Amino acid sequence: MEKRVLKDENDRVDGIYKVTGKAKYFAEYELPGLTYGVLVTSTITKGKITSLDTKAAEKAPGVISVLSHLNKPSAPAYEQEGGPAMKIFYTDKVFYNGQPIAMVVANTFERATYAASLVKATYAKEDFNTDFEKAVSDAKAKKLQGQPDYKRGVEDAYKSAEVMIEAKYHLPIETHNPMELHGIIADWRPNNQVMVYAKTQGVKATQGTIANVFKIPIENIQVNSEFVGGGFGMALRTWSLEIATIMASKHVAKPVKLVITRMQMFTMVGNRPAAVQTIGLGANKDGKLTGITHSAFGETSVYENFTEGVVNMAKFMYQCDNVNTRYTVVPVDLGVPIWMRGPGEATGAFALESAIDEMAHALDMDPLEFRIKNDPEKDQQRNKPFSDKNIKEAYRIGSGKIGWSERKNKPGSLVNGQWKSGYGVSIGVFNANRGRASVKGILKADGTLVLQSATSDIGPGTGTGMTLIASKLLGIPNDKIKFELGDSSLPPAPSQGGSATLSTVGSAVNDVCVALKSTIAELAANSNMDATSNFIDVLKKNNLPSIEVTKQSQAGKEREDYSMYSFSIHFVKVKVHSLTGVVKVDKIVSVGDSGTIVSPKTARSQMVGGAVGGVGMALTEESIIDHRYGRYINNNFADYHVPVNADIPEIEVHFINKPDPYINPMGAKGMGEIALIGFSAAVANAVFNATGKRIRTLPITPDKILATS
Amino acid sequence: MINFQYLRTSSKKSALALLLKDKNAKFIAGGTNLIDLMKRGVSAPEKLIDINHVPLKQIELVGDKIIIGALASNTAVAENELIKEKLPLLAMALNAGASAQLRNVATVGGNMMQRTRCGYFYDTEMPCNKRKPGSGCGAIGGFNRMHAIFATSDNCIAVHPSDMCVALAALDAVVVLAGPKAERKILFKDFHRLAGDTPQLDNNLKADEMIIRLEIPLNNLTVNAHYLKVRDRASYAFALVSVAAGLEISNHKITDVRLAMGGVAHKPWRLTASENFLRGKEATIENFEQAAKLAMTGAKGFGENDFKLQMAPNTIIEALTIAKSKA
Repeated sequence: MEKRVLKDENDRVDGIYKVTGKAKYFAEYELPGLTYGVLVTSTITKGKITSLDTKAAEKAPGVISVLSHLNKPSAPAYEQEGGPAMKIFYTDKVFYNGQPIAMVVANTFERATYAASLVKATYAKEDFNTDFEKAVSDAKAKKLQGQPDYKRGVEDAYKSAEVMIEAKYHLPIETHNPMELHGIIADWRPNNQVMVYAKTQGVKATQGTIANVFKIPIENIQVNSEFVGGGFGMALRTWSLEIATIMASKHVAKPVKLVITRMQMFTMVGNRPAAVQTIGLGANKDGKLTGITHSAFGETSVYENFTEGVVNMAKFMYQCDNVNTRYTVVPVDLGVPIWMRGPGEATGAFALESAIDEMAHALDMDPLEFRIKNDPEKDQQRNKPFSDKNIKEAYRIGSGKIGWSERKNKPGSLVNGQWKSGYGVSIGVFNANRGRASVKGILKADGTLVLQSATSDIGPGTGTGMTLIASKLLGIPNDKIKFELGDSSLPPAPSQGGSATLSTVGSAVNDVCVALKSTIAELAANSNMDATSNFIDVLKKNNLPSIEVTKQSQAGKEREDYSMYSFSIHFVKVKVHSLTGVVKVDKIVSVGDSGTIVSPKTARSQMVGGAVGGVGMALTEESIIDHRYGRYINNNFADYHVPVNADIPEIEVHFINKPDPYINPMGAKGMGEIALIGFSAAVANAVFNATGKRIRTLPITPDKILATS
Repeated sequence: MINFQYLRTSSKKSALALLLKDKNAKFIAGGTNLIDLMKRGVSAPEKLIDINHVPLKQIELVGDKIIIGALASNTAVAENELIKEKLPLLAMALNAGASAQLRNVATVGGNMMQRTRCGYFYDTEMPCNKRKPGSGCGAIGGFNRMHAIFATSDNCIAVHPSDMCVALAALDAVVVLAGPKAERKILFKDFHRLAGDTPQLDNNLKADEMIIRLEIPLNNLTVNAHYLKVRDRASYAFALVSVAAGLEISNHKITDVRLAMGGVAHKPWRLTASENFLRGKEATIENFEQAAKLAMTGAKGFGENDFKLQMAPNTIIEALTIAKSKA
């Protein structure tokens, strides 16, 4: 028996597994005859492989096979025209530096690593550009529409406003860098049966991709991913490297494990794309917004397009009759980006929420007052009411907790020796999604409930949230409920992304529990038992060891009638050292307005994690490339600075915790994205309040503070 | 990884004998840098001689010197009561370095021997004269935000990454080296080299020698001492600029002063001209500013690290101000 010091009904259901090492991650599965794959990567940025010498590698100790485009195993979809251009083993083209060009499979990881170093490629090199900012400013560079232009009222109305500001904001590439490295264990078995242990945010999506690429029935493929060591979006797709590993397993007829290196995490599994954004704001002298223009350029790759919601927020977050947006993507010779926590909205919010602060300053208004003054009554973009929005209450709670009354509107007013203090605020907002999911519930006469769904838990505490929903509805203690996930054979659910899992899968859990309850009530009535009888007694009386219900659940017409969003308000207090330029975050208060809080502990953890990610985005994180070579220069944990404990102050989290009446049966909305969205602007705004220095290029490192007058 | 032979010895004599036998052998102690270098293909020793069991972990006061064995861990030194009392600058510098986990295994000798963290040095697909003489310097015209501003050469603008070594340079430490025949002593400030025409050489340790111990003369910089490290995050980040500042103040006059910087040169950078200026003067902000200005003579930026021309003197002033304020 496991001993517990403190028992709390809100504990993470998998907490004990995680802290004792019992949680098993994909790379820890031992299959009989397991072999090890290591990727050989390109050392040029663009061009063609003209020769590949694999002889020395093939002769190296322990090597089973060296796979490349020269001996590619069959993957039918890769042979067709169209689809992604970057198909490992199916192209001799090089699209970015560090692109996989071959895989060595050996009987140990060390031997595969050594043999991979012996593979020698020669190339026909082509000119390339990895510098996004250069491409943006180059009139001749290719540019693509990322989203249709949006216009409400007069275009660029800000230009003729009584008070106007226009500013340009820059974000570098950020790399997800979850603790767990990416990879897969693939086992291609006889009769085209495929078993994989994967790092994925969606077991059904992975299963579907594999079926599609290899043209085998979906039932032949079993995907397991019970525990995931962080994803932040980078595991939302099945990358070509997973497909390559499955090909390798098919080729060598043995299970193959591929775990990429930390350096490879920077090049081949996506990133938050760099962005350059211009915001124009116009207001009248009373502080009412009269024009918003948000124009953004986002990074994409030359071989596959990537777009995200960078300019979404400008369309509805503030009351304003004249709004126009434009979003353009600009390809560079790098790996294709992918959503990173808060995705495009976090990028856009840095610019918009910085600009709002700049406008408040131009008007000599408290930025909080300015936001309240321009808080919209309804969603002007969709011309619908908000299903639920409590921003003013969130402002009130957060401003009290951070001590906003201590703030001075004049920057540089709070000085203690060389340290200058300041306060900043920002809003985060993200679409409150609800998709379609199925859940199976098995209620047993031994008093336990098993719930099953092919959803994922990349860390937010999915199992805990689902258990709490069921426990509340059925009155069964948490420790008698088991929520099973991360297995493609379970009832289908979408990938874990876009802050939608609790809303989507939770609704199906709700429906299953309601159905189980009514079945029990029916059984009780039919066996002359009291309607309030315990389900154990009812099942026993009916000689039933268990009952099962499967329900599919999805949103209805309510989504046509209401505009549904989750909101967050971030308050930050910083101090900035005048001589060294060091920024220290002194205090953080984040207020979540995301409906009912189903799981208080894991919800708080989400907000804390988002704040830490936000500190990184604001102050330290940047993936640096030497554009002469197209190679990353800080692709390791020593030089790519994610925040450490010493960077993080006290974080207070508060929730409005009122049900959204329309979103779903729980009244609960997602919060994974809003925990991060807007946070970086709160820091930049606090830095401005402390110093009068407006830093519009992230991250805000000491050199930028010193360089800004 | 390329296979290597692993040997272990518990005596200084046999360690030196093993080293002499094979010029492709390397000592390994904490291994916190060497293992990285081997993984990246920057270093490929055929033999690793594990010296962790050689009894060189002493930390003691002998006469008017503090003796620190080359194999004492960074944590052991930083947490040692004698060091905290007599050489607080060294303890502060050690605690500013790396992370707690790294400090627990990293040794004093290994800290002195660590290689630069220049990204071009670690990527074998990029030019680097330190790794491959004659291949060029990637950092010149490239990413050089972390790089040197003092005494650079056209061959290399890398910096020495250690914090501990900055304090040791300031504290007039002496390094004791053992060779196959005899021991010799070298001033700490002369242990590391400038890049010059031989950027592949970080220091003056000969191929057949080993670091035995440090000898640090006692001083009166036990109160007004401060190690200030400016970095991109509050822990586990290399210095943009760091300053070791020690003052001895009596009757409002500076009677002794030590200043050294990290993150600015190929070796720990002792600020002798600034020290000479301050000695005998009053510990005023004006004098600190003047000393900081003097320190910058000959400094040169390479683009991305131009900010250091401002950050470095600012950090000197702040380190001296904090050191002075201690009581």
